[in-house]
Amino acid sequence: MASKEETKAANRKLLNRNLAQMLKGGVIMDVTNAEQAQIAEQAGAVAVMALERVPADIRKEGGVARMSDPKMISEIQKAVSIPVMAKVRIGHFVEAQILEAIKIDYIDESEVLTPADDAYHIDKTKFETPFVCGARDLGEALRRISEGASMIRTKGEAGTGNVVEAVKHMRKMRTQIAEVSALPAEQLATYAKDIGAPLELVKYVAKNKALPVVNFAAGGIATPADAALMMQLGADGVFVGSGIFKSSDPKARAEAIVKAVAYYGDPAILAGVSYGLGAAMTGVDVESMSEAERLAKRGW
Amino acid sequence: MTIGVLALQGSVAEHIKMIKSVNKKIDAVAVKTVDELAAVDALIIPGGESTTLRRLLNEFNLLIPIKERILAGMPVWGTCAGLILLANRVEGEYPCLSVLDVDVKRNAYGRHSESFVGEGDFDGMYINMVFIRAPFITRVGDNVTVLAECNDRPVAVRQGNVLATVFHPEMTRDNRVHKYFCGMIDAKV
Repeated sequence: MASKEETKAANRKLLNRNLAQMLKGGVIMDVTNAEQAQIAEQAGAVAVMALERVPADIRKEGGVARMSDPKMISEIQKAVSIPVMAKVRIGHFVEAQILEAIKIDYIDESEVLTPADDAYHIDKTKFETPFVCGARDLGEALRRISEGASMIRTKGEAGTGNVVEAVKHMRKMRTQIAEVSALPAEQLATYAKDIGAPLELVKYVAKNKALPVVNFAAGGIATPADAALMMQLGADGVFVGSGIFKSSDPKARAEAIVKAVAYYGDPAILAGVSYGLGAAMTGVDVESMSEAERLAKRGW
Repeated sequence: MTIGVLALQGSVAEHIKMIKSVNKKIDAVAVKTVDELAAVDALIIPGGESTTLRRLLNEFNLLIPIKERILAGMPVWGTCAGLILLANRVEGEYPCLSVLDVDVKRNAYGRHSESFVGEGDFDGMYINMVFIRAPFITRVGDNVTVLAECNDRPVAVRQGNVLATVFHPEMTRDNRVHKYFCGMIDAKV
């Protein structure tokens, strides 16, 4: 018989994964103040990510990127009725404690901020608040889930407006899930060792042909077509960072991306929502970036 | 018999899986268009974000066709966000479908940190109930039957062909509430 404490912890894990399931088929938008949060909510965002600077500005301005001021996050919490997420630096468990204290709905342990620990991610099982974490492949996703992440997103390459890395990471994950599902049972332990993932989670993926948590796409999504592309590649939903509030008409673009994610398989609707949207954010060619400029390689 | 799950956003796949587990004779399909709506015998409006669902229902002209089907007797079941869309009154907002005589208050339990697993009696069955950023039903109309309570609050209600739950049976392994909804269609046929 499970103790009361064990039941409570198991329920919390379930509820945290369930909240991510409620967000499926939706768009989570980066916002930097209450006014942007309201625009996002009215456009149909399922949640907002509160942060001080969108990734494109973090790239441009440089310096250390940290957790946002709790005052700004609280203002956003008051301004909208949808869930509010916020980012902490990789390994910075005190920033996570602070966000938990202000009752944030979801914590993103994010490579977009400057890592605080070059060896360890946060032990997310110690928190009641759910975490979402970035991943480039199946091994990284399962390592984060074993640390307690309740939701995964592809890393892509944030702040570039270039979807190529998000596509690469989503395809890699889908390919590996298909691969592991086709393996005979006796090969799973070696596969788990090769990708650096816990065996029990690899067994789960092999049996269910899916991750045990929801998997969104993120990092470089700038247009309704980008968002629909990620959905057709198997994403459960999308994060849009700089793509909305760095475009010429954020409200129209936010609305269009929400519709594109809901009707991702309908080209006529996708054409309609893409019509006359104005300029997308200026993109960056990822090939031309130096290794040091790449955010996706943060985290392990 | 085919049950549609409104597939604009939210826990769509979970409901489809649950319905398919009830009975091989009952099919479950995603509904995103007026044509798809016309082809189903009943509709589930899943959990998700009610602000998002409401916006998409309006934009893609599904609101009136769904309301007309419900008024014509089609069985409908809203879970959480679905309940908010069905309710006659929503605190601080305009109502959406207005086919269920209850008042609701969104996110009334608080932020996600207040989400919880409860338990209680649902029409004679003792079940676990998953509440995620759930609303309160703050008033129940005279023609509405309360099917379940949790912590002394109504959490499942029915008015004729309209069923609504504050909690998420699709998030459990127990398909008895889905079975109950299928029974509402059988009774009609």
